[in-house]
This record gives sequence, structure tokens and C-alpha cells, in this order.
Amino acid sequence: MRDDVTSSSYQRSTGSFDQSLTDYNVESEDTGMIYRVGQAAMIVSGVALVALAARRATGHRLVPQSLAQRASDAVAPAPIETAITIGKPAAELYAFWRRFENLPQFMRHLDEVTDLGDGRSHWVGKSPLGFKVEWDAETVEDRPNQLISWRSLPGAQIHNAGTVFFDEAAAGRGTIVRVSMELASANPVGQAVGKVLAPITERQVTEDLRRFKQLMETGEIPTIDGQSHGTRSFIGAHVHNPL
Amino acid sequence: MRAVCWNGKNDMRVETVPDPEILNERDAIVKITSTAICGSDLHLYNAFIPTIKKGDILGHEFMGEVVETGRGVKNLKVGDRVVVPFTISCGECFFCKKELWSLCDNSNTNAWIAEKMMGYSPAGLFGYTHMLGGYAGGQAEYARVPFADVGPLKVPDGIEDEKVLFLSDIFPTGYFAADNCDIEPGDTVAIWGCGPVGQFAIQSAWMLGAGRVIAIDRFPERLQLAQSWGRAEVINYEEVDSVLDVLKDMTGGLGPDRCIDAVGMEAHGTTLDAKYDKAKQTMRLETDRPHVLREAIMACRKGGTLSIVGVYSGFVDKIPMGAAMNKGLTFKMGQTHMHRYMKPLLERVLNGEIDPSRVISHRLGIDEAPWGYKTFCDKEDDCIKVVLKPDFDGRGHRQHPHHRHGTNGGNGAEYDA
Repeated sequence: MRDDVTSSSYQRSTGSFDQSLTDYNVESEDTGMIYRVGQAAMIVSGVALVALAARRATGHRLVPQSLAQRASDAVAPAPIETAITIGKPAAELYAFWRRFENLPQFMRHLDEVTDLGDGRSHWVGKSPLGFKVEWDAETVEDRPNQLISWRSLPGAQIHNAGTVFFDEAAAGRGTIVRVSMELASANPVGQAVGKVLAPITERQVTEDLRRFKQLMETGEIPTIDGQSHGTRSFIGAHVHNPL
Repeated sequence: MRAVCWNGKNDMRVETVPDPEILNERDAIVKITSTAICGSDLHLYNAFIPTIKKGDILGHEFMGEVVETGRGVKNLKVGDRVVVPFTISCGECFFCKKELWSLCDNSNTNAWIAEKMMGYSPAGLFGYTHMLGGYAGGQAEYARVPFADVGPLKVPDGIEDEKVLFLSDIFPTGYFAADNCDIEPGDTVAIWGCGPVGQFAIQSAWMLGAGRVIAIDRFPERLQLAQSWGRAEVINYEEVDSVLDVLKDMTGGLGPDRCIDAVGMEAHGTTLDAKYDKAKQTMRLETDRPHVLREAIMACRKGGTLSIVGVYSGFVDKIPMGAAMNKGLTFKMGQTHMHRYMKPLLERVLNGEIDPSRVISHRLGIDEAPWGYKTFCDKEDDCIKVVLKPDFDGRGHRQHPHHRHGTNGGNGAEYDA
């Protein structure tokens, strides 16, 4: 039983790895082939192949029950659970996150956040496909240096709710910042789209947390945007890192 | 500026590209006075490593003069002469603080790609694929150096570039290989690969107390350098039936105490397993050729140490784990933790203990880089190490020096257009 889980997880990661590397391997066709043919060879040698779309992990529910209700009503994609360890005290990380205006610095899908006072805030961002989205949200619970829980208010195009936890990491390693959130769309088309896009969205949140860590630990987010390069291929010139 | 750009398998081109600029506050811009081609660049040249893009500037062994610094760089000023390590480290994360500099958490801009292949991402490198950050490299006239307050090593004037350039990678890497062996005084150290890294591993093994150094390769000029400069006993594996038998014989049946793999994924061999690797790699069923790894595992004495600095990128077949486990071997490996070694090794160079320029066989202008790559790869013309000098025109004459174009952010100097 354990072997099935291991091998199917491995297959899933190999599958998405192939797709995500396609952009980079256009010129280097040979090396792209290595992984595609290598994967086929493993199938032939008897390792079970589990379809990528069929494999979704479901995690603990850490959002308030009422929201869970609303989310299940809307046939939500699986909840997003991701965490990162940052070598800074919880108080410092909480304080930076609590100033919601700071969030667009490391959350790439956000353009602007305004704290309206009274626990309410206004958010402007982009959906995974690049369309502008705006919504109002309220802070459901705010425990300084421990957690911030939020949910979007009725009327939002994309319902979202979640909690960010700041837990002390063992052995003096700093703080584990954990995000648990759910997305749901108000309309059926949005639901279907949301289901398909969930894997990308979870990765976006994971990358947001990575950028938060980079910003907090080093004071900046590493980048190569704007660096020198030679002549790109047509695809190389137009395909950019979506995260 | 002129820069050496990857354009496909065995297709390096020198293109005119924009000068680099400060992108983050902890950046600096270095005007490059000397740079080199590394053995690991050949894995890119031969298109064995995924996520490289046409137009990427290669090169990770470079040094020069600071010409601009971002606001966050306090320890360097314009005019400082620096050698830049090939790994990019932030200095603040769990790994940097533990002196595991090549495992920095925060310098890989595309950590998610490396995570897919490796589970977790190592540090970003200069000029070494997008999986490892996509940073433009240093085979060019200028380079942008991120986290410049952590990486670059200041070197004094009055010593030639050629004696300190290799502090950027290959000297610390050879030393790291020997350091990882945990050499006990009098140990026999066997080193596969007499390329530049192997040569520095030989030098370093003596520095760290080896009693005997045995070096293995097939190219006469490299074996010759290992003997004359390295004082090593040498084995030409194309001239013996079995390297394993020869090593056993030479060590009176014990086997070498410490074994260094300074070859990596493009190993060449004459035995059956080497032919298996070549066939499988051609059919794209194996990504790396671990012939040296297998041989070192079998050759090492019981309870010995295997130290791996040859670069691997993917997956290997048929590793004798049974032999390794039952003989109780210790494996140590990695990309070099540069910042541990650069200063102490600079001291050794300044003291006259070692002249790293002994590995240089070719000095070229930047426009000859494509020829340099081919010659280095094919081991022609007795090639051991190729150094590129941006202000050479290839006939050893200095050209008119390039003046940098671009904006002046931070506290950069003024340059005319």
C-alpha cells in the first residue's frame, strides 16, 4: 500500500515536471526527450501510472465551520495548505503581514490592498488567468503574533477565506508560517474553472510564502527580471515565469 | 557588451547584449578582467542539463573590478578588485548560517523547478540554467552580482589575475573534495579525473596530510601535470586492464582510503558498464553516466570515504549500493561551500604555497570562446584550462577597453557613452 502511494506520487510529480519544463526545453529537444522517454520506460517496467488530474490530496479543514459550509455549497476545489519556515520571530512576521498594504510586495496575484478600518479591507488583484478581480474582506479573527483569519464578504467574485498561522519552530529555527485557505466561485463556470486552476493557485500561494521568506530574511526578493541576455528564440522571448 | 551565449547543443556564440544593471539593492556590477570555462560548463555545452534557454549568458568563474554598487552594499566600493564565487548566497538563511553556502534557501529565483527535481532547491548559481536561478553568467565584459555584500572576495593589487581567478570555483572545489575525505595523516587518496578540479584536489590532498596520492585519467597532458605539478602516481585507465586491480595492487591489497570523483555525469570508460551508460544515455533512458562513481565505490577500502564533486544532474543506473553499504563507506558530496574556503585559500596563494595558474593551457579573447569550448570539450591541443580575457583580441593584444553604457543607479561611477 505504501509503495502505491510513493510510486503514484512520484508519477504525479514527474508528470507535472514534464509539463512545467516544456517551456525551457524547446531549444534543447534532446534533454526534454530524456525525461519523456525515461518516464515511458518506467511505465513499461511496471510502475503504476496514476492520472495527474485524478490525484488530489485533501487536507485538514482549518477554516471556520460556517465558511466550510459556504465553500461546500459552492463545490469548492480542494483547500490550499502550505507552510514555510522563516528564520525570524513570529512577532516580526505577524506585524509585517498584519499591515495588509505590505502583502502585494510578495503576493504576486495582488496589486493593492487597503485597510478600511473596523476589520474590513479592500483587495485588488489578478486571477490565475490574468483577469482583474476586486473584493472586500473582513478579519474574522486576529490574535497578535499567532494568527490572522479572514474571509471575503458577500458579493465577491471569488469567495476566499483562510487563516495564516505563525507558530514557533523548534530548535530556535524561527517561525513556521502556515496558510490554510479555500476558494469558491459564486457561479458554475467559475466553479469549474476554479477546480481546474486549483493546482496552480496552491503553487502560487506556496511561491508567495517563499517570497515572504526571502523578503523577511534578506530584505529583498531575488530576481532576474531586467538582466542581460542574448537573442531569445520566439518562445523564449514570450514565455515568462508565471509565478 | 560582448557576452558568451548558449544557442543550442555545441553552439556557443558571442553576442552583443545590453550591459547589466543594478536590479536589487544588494547587487553590485563588476567589470570582468578575467573569466574561465569550467568542466561543468561542458555539460551545458553538450545539452545534458535541462532548463537552459537560447540566449542565456554562461560563465561562473570570474573576477574583476567593482564599478557600481546598490544601496544595500556597504562593504564594497567602486574600484575594489574582487573574485566572485560561483554560488550565490544570501548570508541570512538557515543554510548560509550553518556555512552550507551552496544550499542557500533564498537565492534561487526558480526554486520551484529545482524542487520538482530534487525535493528542495539548492542555491542559485551564475550562468547555470533556469532551474538554478537563471542568473546571467560571467563569460562577458560585465556581470551583475546579487548579494554582493556576501559573496565577492576582495583581493589585493600586485598579484596577477591568473593566480587568484580560480578562487571563484575550481580551487575551492578541489579543496572541498579533499576536505570532505576527512584525510587522516598518511592516507592514500585516489582521485578520478585530472582536469583542473582534479589537479586542485591533488594539491589539496597533500595540504591536508595525505601520504600518497594516486590520480586516474587517460589524457597524457593531464596525467603529466598530475605527476610534475601534483607529485601524484598516475594510472592511465586506457592502458590497464582493470583500474580496480591496479589500485588494489598498489595499496598492498587494502584499497585507497579516500576516493574522489572529480569527473561526474559525463564519465568515459572502456569497461562494459561504461558502454551500457553511453548506450542508455543515447537512447535517453539514463540521464547521467556514473561510471566513475561505480568504480570508486568498488575500489574504496572498507570503511573509507567517497567524496563527490563531479557534477550530476539527474538519475543514474546500476549503482553497487550493496558494496557501498556492506563496506561501510561514507559518502560526502555537494556543490562547494565557497565562502568557507575562499579566504584561507587566498592566504595560501599570497604566501606562495601554490600557484593556481599552473592549470592554464589557453588564454583567449572573448570572441574566441566558441573555439575555446570546442577545444576544451574535445581535449584537443593539449587543452586543460581555458581563460578568457575580455580585453584581449585573441592575439594577446589589448583592445580599446569597453566603456560601459547604461544608467547610473546607486553610487556608480560616471562613464562616457
